[in-house]
Amino acid sequence: MSTALFIEQSLNGFQLGVMLFLMAAGLTLVFGIMDLINLAHGSFYMVGAYLAATFARWLDHFLLGVLLALPAAALVGLIVDRVALRTLYRRDHLDQVLATFGLILFFNELVRLIWGPVPIPFDPPELLSGTVEVWPGVGYPAFRLAIIAVGLGVALGLWLLITRTRLGMRIRAGASNREMVTALGVNVPTLFTLVFALGAALAALAGAMRGPILAVEVGMGEEILILTFVVIVIGGIGSIRGALVGSLLVGLVDTFGRALLPDLFALMLHDASAASSVGASAASMSIYVLMAVVLAFRPRGLFPAHG
Amino acid sequence: MASGSESPRRRRHVALILLAIGLALPGYAVLVDEPFLVTLATRIVVLAVAAVSLDLILGYGGLVSFGHAAFVGIGAYAVGTGFFLDFNNDTLLGWDGSVDVLLIWPLGVLVAALVALAIGAISLRTRGIGFIMITLAFAQMLFFLVQSLRWQGDDSLALWGRSELPDFTGLDLNDTTTFYYVALACLVGFTWLCSRLVDAPFGRILQAGRQNEKRMRALGVAVDRHRLAAFVIAGAGGGLSGVLLANAAEFVGPAYLAWNRSGELIVMVVLGGMGTLVGPIIGAGALVMLEEYLAQVTEHWQIVLGPVLLLAVLFARRGILGLIEALPGDWMGRLRRWRARRSGDV
Repeated sequence: MSTALFIEQSLNGFQLGVMLFLMAAGLTLVFGIMDLINLAHGSFYMVGAYLAATFARWLDHFLLGVLLALPAAALVGLIVDRVALRTLYRRDHLDQVLATFGLILFFNELVRLIWGPVPIPFDPPELLSGTVEVWPGVGYPAFRLAIIAVGLGVALGLWLLITRTRLGMRIRAGASNREMVTALGVNVPTLFTLVFALGAALAALAGAMRGPILAVEVGMGEEILILTFVVIVIGGIGSIRGALVGSLLVGLVDTFGRALLPDLFALMLHDASAASSVGASAASMSIYVLMAVVLAFRPRGLFPAHG
Repeated sequence: MASGSESPRRRRHVALILLAIGLALPGYAVLVDEPFLVTLATRIVVLAVAAVSLDLILGYGGLVSFGHAAFVGIGAYAVGTGFFLDFNNDTLLGWDGSVDVLLIWPLGVLVAALVALAIGAISLRTRGIGFIMITLAFAQMLFFLVQSLRWQGDDSLALWGRSELPDFTGLDLNDTTTFYYVALACLVGFTWLCSRLVDAPFGRILQAGRQNEKRMRALGVAVDRHRLAAFVIAGAGGGLSGVLLANAAEFVGPAYLAWNRSGELIVMVVLGGMGTLVGPIIGAGALVMLEEYLAQVTEHWQIVLGPVLLLAVLFARRGILGLIEALPGDWMGRLRRWRARRSGDV
């Protein structure tokens, strides 16, 4: 593997990693604090991408479109929380799975109804359309670099919020022992509503930034949701540190798996077509193998949050 | 909670009524000249096998498996692979394929059970949300695996006919009604097997593990080993459903393993009434018919189905069977008296 390819793939892996972290951060805190499994988290990702694309077209400005989409998605999150999820907090996981599964069907069909079944166009801003030389002779798209920068920035901000502020302290405390925190006089439902809206906005940010790279289409949320689940299981449910480590691990393993495994099998099998198909399937399975290995040794993930 | 331990008389009555409807349906379809009804009923019966098998771990074991479609897919792919190799005179690891029911159907069930053993052994190390996400992730892994398979360039395969029963039976599965009755026999047989299992000590331990795991461990019962066994049996049932599904649709493709299929199976179990075995059959019928009906009304039927599921979960905790069982008094007797009176009037 050449240096150029290595750098490029590392950056790709990193980019996927920070995106996954934006998704996983909100989801893992919701799990941690309210013990609520929300399958519709992927829907916020999808709605975020659609809203950002639409606002950007209306305003003819990419950044404003994205910035406007975030509070809008947070609002959608608040409404979902009030209307559907409030009554589910005390129910068992099965009810939560079913109800939020119903929400996914609803949101997918709603988006299809409003924007139609074909993917909608969403172009990255002009300013970031070029490439940047990140290493002598190695060009990398500026927009993808910007994604990494924004992702890292948000991750850092979130980390500061969680570890350095009073609000963050309450969130962490809520995640590790809800009863105790309630007894100490913290208004956990309000806290949770905040976290939920924040999570929805972060998911929307991830969707808005990945939209221009992939496609803005119905069903985009489920794909990333399941990857996010893998991240959370690996990192440990409810742990923000686990979410960060898990995201980067999954991002890098997935990217390098897709880049390396087909070549690796080509070396071993000498049959080009068989190797490419085996390699491709092995690559798409690599993160699940990673998850199985982690669980075999640490059933509660790398950084278990609850005592 | 659903009580699987006592098997009320009314539940047995419901099962018998369902069986009678199931047996009489092809005749009714001929009578009203709606041959499509048999195809629809076949679909319900086939999915009901998977729903009943899921109920074993979900309703009785209390384990929310979100990856059950994977086992259905494995059963279907076993049929597809056997068919493909046989038709193209190809071999895979020295096997030249088969379309024989007696060989390929048990093979599909066996492979599904073995995969369930592997997935269960790892997934059962976790609980609650973790278990939900891991079973989903493993199913997704298998989804991507079959998606990368190529049958002569395509990721799905249309079969050119159904599996073949041995000659001495004189039955041809390509006949719609014959296939329907074979599928119905599979459903009845599997449900009967499961009903024996849940009333046996094995099933009691499974349910006790759901109700109070700590106490069972303190009593020295290896709860996890029973759970794993139940998971494997459920996987085998999923495989059976898949074997039937591939034959019913004469099609095999990755869509069978898609994550929303797993979600739909859970919906069937809960909608019908979990921990009852009969409930999931009703649930399968209800969901398939609801989809069929809504699809006729509007192209965007999922926008209705989603909230319907939400409401069903929030307000009908014990499912359709729970509603039937909550009907006042001796409704069977009332029905009989009402009909006697009516025929007396005439």
